[in-house]
Amino acid sequence: MDRFDVRLAGLGGQGLLLAGLIMGEASAVHDGKNAVQTINYAPLARGAPSRAELVISDSPIYFPEVEDADILLAMSQNAYDEFSSRVKPGGIIIIDTDNVTKFEEIPGLLKYPVSTIAKRETGRVLTGSIVGLGIISKVTGKVSADALRKAIRTRAPKGTVELNMKALEAGFII
Amino acid sequence: MGVKLESKPISKLGYINYQEGNIYYVFHQGNETCAEAALLAGCDFYGGYPITPSSEVAEVLSRRMPQEGRVFVQMEDEIASMASIIGAALGGAKSMTATSGPGFSLMQENLGYAVTAEVPCVVVNVQRLGPSTGGPTSPAQGDLMQTKWGTHGDHPIIALSPTSIQEVLELTIVSFDFAERYRTPVVLLMDEIIGHMRERVGYPRKQDINIFERKKYLEPGEDYKPYSLDYDSDVPPLLSFGEGARYHVTGLIHDEAGFPTLNKKEVTEWYDRLYRKIDKGLDRILLYELYNMEDADTAIISFGISVRVGLEAMQKARQKGLKVGMVKLLTVCPLPEEMLRQVISGVKKVVVPEMNRGQLVLEIDRLNKTGVELIHVGTSDGEIVRPEDVLKALED
Repeated sequence: MDRFDVRLAGLGGQGLLLAGLIMGEASAVHDGKNAVQTINYAPLARGAPSRAELVISDSPIYFPEVEDADILLAMSQNAYDEFSSRVKPGGIIIIDTDNVTKFEEIPGLLKYPVSTIAKRETGRVLTGSIVGLGIISKVTGKVSADALRKAIRTRAPKGTVELNMKALEAGFII
Repeated sequence: MGVKLESKPISKLGYINYQEGNIYYVFHQGNETCAEAALLAGCDFYGGYPITPSSEVAEVLSRRMPQEGRVFVQMEDEIASMASIIGAALGGAKSMTATSGPGFSLMQENLGYAVTAEVPCVVVNVQRLGPSTGGPTSPAQGDLMQTKWGTHGDHPIIALSPTSIQEVLELTIVSFDFAERYRTPVVLLMDEIIGHMRERVGYPRKQDINIFERKKYLEPGEDYKPYSLDYDSDVPPLLSFGEGARYHVTGLIHDEAGFPTLNKKEVTEWYDRLYRKIDKGLDRILLYELYNMEDADTAIISFGISVRVGLEAMQKARQKGLKVGMVKLLTVCPLPEEMLRQVISGVKKVVVPEMNRGQLVLEIDRLNKTGVELIHVGTSDGEIVRPEDVLKALED
C-alpha cells in the first residue's frame, strides 16, 4: 500500500483528535503499517475548527504532513468548505449530512447522517467521529476492523470503551 | 562524483539491545516518548517549568516520576529549573529539564555554569517560532546557533536532534549517556512537529539498555580532585555531594581542586581539558546517516524534522533521474566537520532545508572550501519546509 493521506475535520468537541489517535494506533501498532499523525496545533476550544491528519503507508513515511487527502471526513460545514478542494483526484469525501448541508454532488462524495447514527446507537453525538472511522474502514479497507477494535480498547477514555465500540460497529454496517 | 562514507547510526553505540518479543509498541507523541525514554535512561530528577510546545514532557513526568519513586519538581521559572537540575546532578541524580524558546533563553546562564562546573544534565528544547514569546504553537528550527553559542564565552556543548519518534526515544537515552560520560550538559534539540507528532515507537525493556553510569566512589587512598588533569579520558569522576569527599564547585574558572584561579597556566590547562574531553569522544559523539551518497552529484544536508522533507525530495528527485543524496545529522553540536567537508567537496551542489532563515547553512558554508553551489531552503512562517521547494532547488 502506497501513501494514504487521511484528514478528519470538524469542530473541537467532536472527538476528532481521539479518532485520529485510534486510527493511527490501529494502523501502526495492530495492522503493522507505518503511520504518522500530525496535529493542527493552535489554541483551540470546543466549537472551534479542529482536525486530525494521518498518513498511512507500507513504505517509510518521510514527509509527515497531509496536503491533499485521499480521504476527507467532513464533520462540519466549515470543514467541508475548507478542505473539499484539498482532496486528491479519485479521493473520497465522507460528509456528515447532519452538519454539512451545502455541498457539491461529485463522484467520490459519500453522504451519511453520521451524527444521527451516533446519537441513535450510543446516545452521544460526540461518538460521531468513531462512527466515521467505521465508515472509513468499510469504504477504503485501509485500516482493518480488528485493528480499530483493539485500538479502541487501549485508547478510548476509561468508561467509554463500550460506547465507542458501539459507534465503531455502527460505522461498519452502513 | 559521489562520496563513499559510512554512516554512524545510533545503533553503532550498542546502547539499546532490541529483543523482538520484548519490545512494547505504541503510537506515541514525541514529547511523551521523550519523557518515557528519560525514565528508561534512569532519570532520577526532573525540575522544570511547563511551556508550549514542550509541556507534555513535564505533564507525563509529573505523573510517572512519583510512580517510580523519583523526584519531579515544578520550579518557579526556567532560571531555577536549570539551577535545580545542576544541584540534583551534583547530589548524584541523573537530571533533566524540558523547555522551549523563552525558557531556553532563561536557562542560558546556568547552562554555562553546568558546562564550566562540568555537571551532567539533559536539557530538552522543543523549538518554537521566533524570538521572545514568538509563536508558541508554531514549529521552527531557529535555536541551532543559540544551542551552540547561547551561553557566553568559548565552550563546547553536545546537542542531538531526532527526526522520528523512535529517534526521540533513542537520542534521549543517548543524551543521558553523553551527559554522564563526558560530564557535560547535553541539549536534545527537538521542534514542535517532532514534539507533537505521533508514530509507532518500540520501547525496549530497561534491562536491555546499557549506558554509562557515573563512578560515585573513590578507590582506597585516592585523593579526590573533581577537575583533575590525571585521567586519560580527561573526564574526572564526579562524586555525589555529601558522600565521601568535600569539594568546591564554582562557575569561576577553577583549578583541579575546584577553587577559583586566574593563573594563566591553570586557566589554559582547564580550558584545554574542557575541549579535549569532547574532542577525544568525537568518534562516539558524532552521529549521522548518509543516503544514496555513493553516486550523488547533489547533497541535501539537514537536521531534525527537515531531514524528512529532504528525504521526500530526494526520493522524488531520484524518480526523475537526478543523482541526489542526503546527509541526516543526528549530532548537531559539534558537527561532523570532516565528514561534511568530504561530502561537500564530492558534489556539485548542496541544498540545506531548515525551518529558519539560515543557521545550519552558515556552518556548511564555513566548511565549503571548494566553492560548491550552496542553496538554503528555509521557512520562518511556522510551516514545515515543502518538499516541492527543495525539489525546485535540486532541479535549478
